[in-house]
Amino acid sequence: MGLPVRKFDALVVGAGGAGMRASLQLAEAGLSVAVLSKVFPTRSHTVAAQGGIGASLGNMSDDNWYWHMFDTVKGSDYLGDQDAIEFMCREAPKVVYELEHFGMPFDRNADGTIYQRPFGGHSANFGEKPVARACAAADRTGHALLHTLYQRNIRARTQFFVEWMALDLIRDADGDVLGVTALEIETGEVWMLQAKTTLFATGGAGRIFAASTNAFINTGDGLGMTARAGLPLEDMEFWQFHPTGVAGAGVLITEGVRGEGGILLNCNGERFMERYAPTLKDLAPRDFVSRSMDQEIKEGRGCGPDKDYVLLKLDHLGPEVILKRLPSIHEIAVKFANVDCTREPIPVVPTIHYQMGGIPTNYHGQVVAPRDGDPEAVVSGFYAIGECACVSVHGANRLGTNSLLDLLVFGRAAGNHIVDFHQRNKEHKPLPRDAADLALSRLARLDGAAAARGAGEQTQDVGNALRRTMQAHCGVFRNDELLTSGVSKVMEIAEQVRRIAIGDKSKVFNTARVEALEVENLIEVAQATIVSAQARQESRGAHARSDFDQRDDANWHKHTLWHRAGNRLSYKPVHMKPLTVDSFPPKARTF
Amino acid sequence: MKFRIYRYDPDRDAAPRMQDYDVALEPTDKMLLDALMRVKQVDDSVSFRRSCREGVCGSDAMNINGRNGLACITNLKDIKEPVELRPLPGLPVVRDLIVDMSHFFKQYHSIKPYLVDEATPPEKERLQSPADREELDGLYECILCACCSTACPSFWWNPDKFVGPAGLLAAYRFIADSRDQALNERLDNLEDPYRLFRCHTIMNCVDVCPKGLNPSKAIGKIKEIMVRRTV
Repeated sequence: MGLPVRKFDALVVGAGGAGMRASLQLAEAGLSVAVLSKVFPTRSHTVAAQGGIGASLGNMSDDNWYWHMFDTVKGSDYLGDQDAIEFMCREAPKVVYELEHFGMPFDRNADGTIYQRPFGGHSANFGEKPVARACAAADRTGHALLHTLYQRNIRARTQFFVEWMALDLIRDADGDVLGVTALEIETGEVWMLQAKTTLFATGGAGRIFAASTNAFINTGDGLGMTARAGLPLEDMEFWQFHPTGVAGAGVLITEGVRGEGGILLNCNGERFMERYAPTLKDLAPRDFVSRSMDQEIKEGRGCGPDKDYVLLKLDHLGPEVILKRLPSIHEIAVKFANVDCTREPIPVVPTIHYQMGGIPTNYHGQVVAPRDGDPEAVVSGFYAIGECACVSVHGANRLGTNSLLDLLVFGRAAGNHIVDFHQRNKEHKPLPRDAADLALSRLARLDGAAAARGAGEQTQDVGNALRRTMQAHCGVFRNDELLTSGVSKVMEIAEQVRRIAIGDKSKVFNTARVEALEVENLIEVAQATIVSAQARQESRGAHARSDFDQRDDANWHKHTLWHRAGNRLSYKPVHMKPLTVDSFPPKARTF
Repeated sequence: MKFRIYRYDPDRDAAPRMQDYDVALEPTDKMLLDALMRVKQVDDSVSFRRSCREGVCGSDAMNINGRNGLACITNLKDIKEPVELRPLPGLPVVRDLIVDMSHFFKQYHSIKPYLVDEATPPEKERLQSPADREELDGLYECILCACCSTACPSFWWNPDKFVGPAGLLAAYRFIADSRDQALNERLDNLEDPYRLFRCHTIMNCVDVCPKGLNPSKAIGKIKEIMVRRTV
């Protein structure tokens, strides 16, 4: 094998909110834990979350976890697994209080409790009226959360491997996961990191689309590694469009703007959401608002010279509220939209934001895959949490604030489960002889003479072609013609990915090599997405087909599993049975 | 648009050099980071860090025409050509615009940047008044980009001894938190001719902070508390 090996009790790949919540649990339990991250931990994309963390603290008015659960199930268009959703909503207040105990600078009410604001799809009494459930630190909740978790991990002496990129999973003949191969970016050295458990918290892959709120690093590395290791990806056709990305720039404007009282207007100055969602109006779930906006634009009521965006008006909140509760939005509007939002509205369009699908897991964070007739057999030693995972609490559409919650709840739960696993399994399993072959062959191809720049495809060109194709063929409204031609185009691009060549052959901090490796992950996610979307002949949550415009529970109330080998699909049932309460059966979705 | 970029790859170069680039921009390219991506398309060996592209992750701090800033929120309209890009000053260069930030983070870690309260926490949240919470505004928002510390002459001269503006801003963030119970330890930790008192109020930190924060003011407040403690 020849590669240097380092051995740990537990390995965490990714140092965003999920990874660092899990590592905290592990380090505080006394395990030797290594956290790998492509970027310094506080640069992870959790930092960009703005609006809040969903938890039924009831600080502003009556609330309880059961209402939160109902909203989440309905928000998911009934595709979410109800055991996992019950678990998340019940745990929510606990993980938020914990975060406060860690030092999180939440905004406060006059009585000293945590400030909460309304958010899309969150309601009191089963849809009766909006409820303030989003626990917020101004409009920098993700930043405050990520820094707090990093700080707490310093206290716990967690060992970070900063600017290390995981390349591929190591599995043995039993299929157990024994660690990863990883690239130390600064030196170009490749290592094998061996651990009893490997936890992926690698985030989403929003960079498969051209217009995205996502950071450059969101390239689905964990999903690519999982797919190459022969494990399936779940529900990848479901991608959330956030209603309010800055038109042209893609930068996120939090739903918290509407939570604080902001409204969407069409070119006639009409608050059009009143027509689509008479009760929740501008605070309907994101899939609903995004489609309504697109409908307005399609019917010629968009704004601007090309009538291709709508307006988000918030000046009526007054400069005091805006500067206190939404200071970053004010800053973003000035910098990226060139407007002063205390006086003018912000031009916005639905923009790719979040991946509901991912690596299939149960609510302990254990990765599951079909084996011997069991659709959800545990893959020993392998865990996944956060946006890279599909547990599935978000189903076909995630509610705002449930992503930060997801990170905390499942980060903590997976951490606890790994501590148990560690106590039951005293020894490391031996690494197989071919442990590093896959990763080394990928690197060898990129570094080889055949991949000299000019001899092959350029990383940025291939990546851009992929993003343009996904945007055009797999967007807000989909149909068979677009998807089928999109599948062929993505397959052609997959061929180009195999011919990517880089000019930079340096060992030292080679970002060209990193970007090429990232595109190899993006292409797996894009294939999973468009193949799964082409097959699903219904409209559910974020997956909207103009040729099958209704939800079809009889045929499609099931989770998709995409298998890389042969781009094959299989399906598995939705968990309809919660842990302790009655099930919420599918109903028509109005707001 | 014309750029002069600091280039150094220890794997190949004996010494650093400046390299000129002239790249065609698209109408959608608005920020310096957009232009840098064009440069990278022409020459994929040009190395820099970047992630969120909206000024919140702190990755792409660099020296832009002599002034530290974030490439992703530096508008191309506001910078003169040829745009001269150098790594943040005062830290060892790893490659091109990428610096080794170990010293910077070591100083951040040295102030114990986490809340200390050994009491058993209540079942719910600890209460904090809005006024007490407001004390943290202008402090907790730091993104650890290092623009400030690497613009500070005191940090250049003593990066191993002077905590620097970013670390001291973080120190004050915890001193100012009504929930924190370690005031004396925090002050003891800074009571030293270098760690705090090397700040000579040059104010470069305030001038360059891309988030509009004021480390100098925070340092002043720590000094004030320190003085009050001794009298």
